[in-house]
Amino acid sequence: MMNKNDFAISGNHRRPGMTYWEKSQNLWGWLFIIPTMLGLVILNIWPMLQSFYQTFFRTGDFGRGNIYIGGQNYVQLFKDSEVWQALWNTLKLTLLQVPVSIALALVLAVFLNRKMRGRAVYRAIFFLPMIAAPAAVAMVWKWLYNSQFGLLNHLFHTKIEWISNPAIAWISIAVIGIWSSIGYNMVLFLAGLQDIPKEYYEAGAIDGATGPAAFFKITLPLLSPMIFFVLVTSVISGLQIFDSIYMIMSKSNPALPKTQTIVYLFYQYSFVNGNKGYGSTIVILLLVVIILITALQMKLQKKWVFYN
Amino acid sequence: MRSSKNLLTILLIHLILIIFSVIMIVPFAWMILTAFKTVTESTSVNPFVIFPSKWRSDAFITVWKNMNFLLLYKNTLLLIFWRVVCACLTSTFAGYAFARLNFKGKNLMFSLVLFQMMIPSQIFIIPQYLMVSAIKMTNTIFALVFPGLVSAFGTFLMKQAYMSLPKDLEEAARLDGCNILQTFLFIMAPLTRSTLAALAIFTALFAYKDLMWPLVINTSNKMMPLSAALATMQGQYSSNYPELMAASLIASLPMIVLYLFFQKQFIQGIATSGGKL
Repeated sequence: MMNKNDFAISGNHRRPGMTYWEKSQNLWGWLFIIPTMLGLVILNIWPMLQSFYQTFFRTGDFGRGNIYIGGQNYVQLFKDSEVWQALWNTLKLTLLQVPVSIALALVLAVFLNRKMRGRAVYRAIFFLPMIAAPAAVAMVWKWLYNSQFGLLNHLFHTKIEWISNPAIAWISIAVIGIWSSIGYNMVLFLAGLQDIPKEYYEAGAIDGATGPAAFFKITLPLLSPMIFFVLVTSVISGLQIFDSIYMIMSKSNPALPKTQTIVYLFYQYSFVNGNKGYGSTIVILLLVVIILITALQMKLQKKWVFYN
Repeated sequence: MRSSKNLLTILLIHLILIIFSVIMIVPFAWMILTAFKTVTESTSVNPFVIFPSKWRSDAFITVWKNMNFLLLYKNTLLLIFWRVVCACLTSTFAGYAFARLNFKGKNLMFSLVLFQMMIPSQIFIIPQYLMVSAIKMTNTIFALVFPGLVSAFGTFLMKQAYMSLPKDLEEAARLDGCNILQTFLFIMAPLTRSTLAALAIFTALFAYKDLMWPLVINTSNKMMPLSAALATMQGQYSSNYPELMAASLIASLPMIVLYLFFQKQFIQGIATSGGKL
């Protein structure tokens, strides 16, 4: 279709063609992004400012009859031990769930990153929890954890109150998070592992680096950018845990104060108690925590992430 | 000697993989086994019943009658359909513009996109809720779709896809007399099909899994998607586990069947999109 002649002919008209093209780039560029930008402004930018604005109000019913109360919500937030406990619960959950999930996913990915029988089947099975609705997942785990009739206590011959003992419940919640996220993290690691050139391992084998040595000297450093990426995104989503708490921890559960997360508390204040002003203040706290932790990770990455 | 050691390693790896597979499958298996039991069987401790004495479909029939699953499937399907269509359509245009066109304010606009990606979504929920209620649109499909009308993440993903395409394609199209819209529609857009498919799968899966927004915005039983309906029914049937598990199974099955058929596309789609998040 195209040959040298076409280029030569159009070459003559290049100048005017370019300016027309450039002018129309301005027009088309804006036309192309307008739906997205309009959507982002209406759905995200404006709501974010609105949420921040709301923190200075005590909300009346259905968002009407707001009363300006200045910084009172923030003062209340700082004194609210329930909020700080929820923040601590959230951090504890994240600190347990994320590293364990990443470590297990990494091991499984390394095992699966070779030609072997059943590779596709294993991969499909590990990824399965990702496909299930969180509500269904939470319900079946609640049933597995049931202290009287649950499968877990039967299998282990125990009488543990998995989700109503305040000392244990948060670990049980973390286990669900680990179970749900291993497959997802593993798929990302597998994609990262496939980008590592085989020659590195061949060269490593000559120097005697095989098995675990190859893992620590070759795989881990070369995969570290992907590990860092998974770490940052998992921590952010860990800090937003809501579904499993909402589904599993009933209001009367004695372990609720020691397991409820910051987003769960946000939901309660905003949509159950109808105090959207205070709910917004809680979510601003979450935003600050996420920014701080992400910034810290960005800073620490220089110490361990290896870029070519 | 060496090969027997290798064989041992391989067996050990398989053993570990099988143990993990069992851990992944047990909750699903328990869901299925419980759903076919009677309430008495499911709460029998002495003896503990693993397999139902008879495979009864009573629980399925009851929840199917009580929960209007056809309507829930329809709501979920519409939610997924519109979110996928809107996200893919708006993102592919915006992604192309950000990757390949020069226009005033481009960098500022793109930094808005990136900025939005880093913000936790809960911060938008209250104002989004107030907006939808202000126009009296709660309990509609539109309300379910609303937060997903555009996608900052999709825009970012599509921009990456367009940036990886060779520049001379466009040059050739332009010299052939295509204008920007034609170049985009006929030459460039078709080349990003696989990324677009990845974005579609990613969007669909997260629309299906979304819980808080549907709970908040559509409180009528008739307008809920599966996720919210399951969460709501839990309160009503609190101790009838065969029925809770039957409902969970009915709700999860379409997605799981789809997954079993399009396993490769699912995993690849998540790997491409998730990896660039």
